[in-house]
Amino acid sequence: MSAPARAASVARLEKLLAALMAKGLVTEAELAEMQARTDRASPEIGARMVARAWLDPAWRARLVASGSECAEAMGVSMAGAPPLGVLEDRPGLHHLVVCTLCSCYPRAVLGYPPSWYKSFEYRSRAIRDPRGVLAEWGTTLPPGTKIRVVDSTADYRWMVLPMRPEGTEGWSEDQLAALVTRDALVGVALPVLPMAAAAE
Amino acid sequence: MTGPGSVAGESGQHEARSAPAGARFAVGDRVRVKDDWPERRGPCHIRTPHYLRGRDGRVEAVLGAFPNPEDLAFARPAPVRTLYHVLFEQPPIWQEGEPGDTALVEIFEHWLEPATPERKAA
Repeated sequence: MSAPARAASVARLEKLLAALMAKGLVTEAELAEMQARTDRASPEIGARMVARAWLDPAWRARLVASGSECAEAMGVSMAGAPPLGVLEDRPGLHHLVVCTLCSCYPRAVLGYPPSWYKSFEYRSRAIRDPRGVLAEWGTTLPPGTKIRVVDSTADYRWMVLPMRPEGTEGWSEDQLAALVTRDALVGVALPVLPMAAAAE
Repeated sequence: MTGPGSVAGESGQHEARSAPAGARFAVGDRVRVKDDWPERRGPCHIRTPHYLRGRDGRVEAVLGAFPNPEDLAFARPAPVRTLYHVLFEQPPIWQEGEPGDTALVEIFEHWLEPATPERKAA
């Protein structure tokens, strides 16, 4: 959890909002709608998109071609949101997402970014020492796997499509989606079976 | 001063204008990020990470065309620029890391130039 906002920051934000509204650049209703949309978004949306891709090759192809289109198909309004790109892990290749410049994050399908994602430590280390970062996370990649760090610097927002864990044959979409955590969608973790996690 | 039809608002900023018909580079092209440091010349807003300036990479995808954030940030009329996904070998950037690891980064066209041929055959 992030620390409570400082009074000075809150006061500055209120002044900024008052100025924007006085200029007619934004309305109270627009702000409320934007906040509501972000509040509604959660990693469960991204997890469901991934679970569906594990079950349906046609959906996977569509997801990799256009994350935005698939988000819309799942009822997420992408109007005004940055395009969503989906990074497909495959045997031998693992993606890790960072925004070294600020904290760009696919909020439409993952919700609010965790505070560590916005930290200077993560932003500076993920790009330079991704293996060190994953090790600290307790994430072990299969031997021989290369890491591709995706620095989210411009107009896209990126989500990882991890590989389906072994031992999930015959699982339903709900069961599979429950394995896909927010951290797995950023690439700092892998989807793991509850029992495998417990055994470690 | 905002030019007509330039920066409408949040909704206009991220919509890819599907105009990469005029894209200078194609998937697979070897490119070099300009070794340019506008931040030394004055206030600016740039999306090209410092660690890639002067680095060679390969175009992985042409992502579309977007209003130039360098202008958007100052509320100037923002012409659209083609945006590429460019892949870089990671170890040469930091002089450390594991061979084969890579960095994949969005770079605008005006920051890219063709990579010159390898200086010597390996």
